[in-house]
Amino acid sequence: MSEVIVVTSGKGGVGKTTTTANVGTGLAQLDKKVVLIDTDIGLRNLDVVMGLENRIVYNLVDVVEGNCRMKQALIKDKRYPNLSLLPSAQTKDKTSVSPEQMIKVIDELRDEFDYILLDCPAGIEQGFKNAIAGADRALVVTTPEVSAIRDADRIIGLLTANEITQVDLIVNRLRMDMVKRGDMMNIGDVTDILAIDLIGAVPDDEQIVISTNQGEPLVGADCKAGKAYANICHRILGEEVPYLDLEEKAGMWNKLKGMFKKN
Amino acid sequence: MGLMDLFKKKNSGDIAKDRLKLLLVSDRANCSPEIMEKIKNDIIQVISKYMEIDAEGLDIQITQTESEGNNGNVPALYANIPIKDMRHSGASE
Repeated sequence: MSEVIVVTSGKGGVGKTTTTANVGTGLAQLDKKVVLIDTDIGLRNLDVVMGLENRIVYNLVDVVEGNCRMKQALIKDKRYPNLSLLPSAQTKDKTSVSPEQMIKVIDELRDEFDYILLDCPAGIEQGFKNAIAGADRALVVTTPEVSAIRDADRIIGLLTANEITQVDLIVNRLRMDMVKRGDMMNIGDVTDILAIDLIGAVPDDEQIVISTNQGEPLVGADCKAGKAYANICHRILGEEVPYLDLEEKAGMWNKLKGMFKKN
Repeated sequence: MGLMDLFKKKNSGDIAKDRLKLLLVSDRANCSPEIMEKIKNDIIQVISKYMEIDAEGLDIQITQTESEGNNGNVPALYANIPIKDMRHSGASE
């Protein structure tokens, strides 16, 4: 049984690609067979975040146009034998692929992989429609900012209209120091407003920048973001994992737990 | 006075939350500024039949209100219509 998950947000720059890279790598660490598909045609990025940019020969558009076989386009990650990437094309545009073609590509991969993760482009146009066409469930990434949350709300509406019923929320780039002094919305505020299930909260962490610089996802590493992503992976598998104490202070833990219970 | 201001001051997280709540109500209601403008003009037309109103000062917006049933908060159309003269000729027609 394979599951197709689209990672989407509406707004750009909130961490879709980072999330896709880390969740995909994390699921592979849990011995799942995983393929990541970069659906952002013309602006490919997942390859660099994964550190696989030098190994691209063929891409998604080549597969769709029949220039190569699927196997030739898939890049196997040497660090994780279960993990593959189907890169996007850099020189084509979004109209090179249709939703129907995307579904065909996904169906071809379903037999071989447990999880198919789609990194969705920003916006709600053709690229978004392609990315969600074959998805079974969605991870909506947002930051605790007015603009990102507004776009996330729109995206949730569009996902529901497209009959994707399992939609989970990732609140990214939380700064607990700002939340604490009331200058950033907390996790409870965001989940209240968007009214969907929370699957993880990721703190703003310098390590993310460092890991992207190096092209090595940090999921599972001994830092807060690494642990947060690892927990998200367990929750995707259906396990119940307690939420991280992002604050590392005794009183805050119970406060946080209280926030999550509301949902 | 200064001290009172200090107490009244909302932190920016709460401001963001309140702004978002209002924004999403109109986003979800699919009510564009153009449609709101049309509603506004229609309201002016209808009310003007009965009394003289200050069209310039008229303000309408979509907000949330507690429903009387058990639905919790529901969207509501709020209109503030300043009246210039109650005894408009229209009423006696």
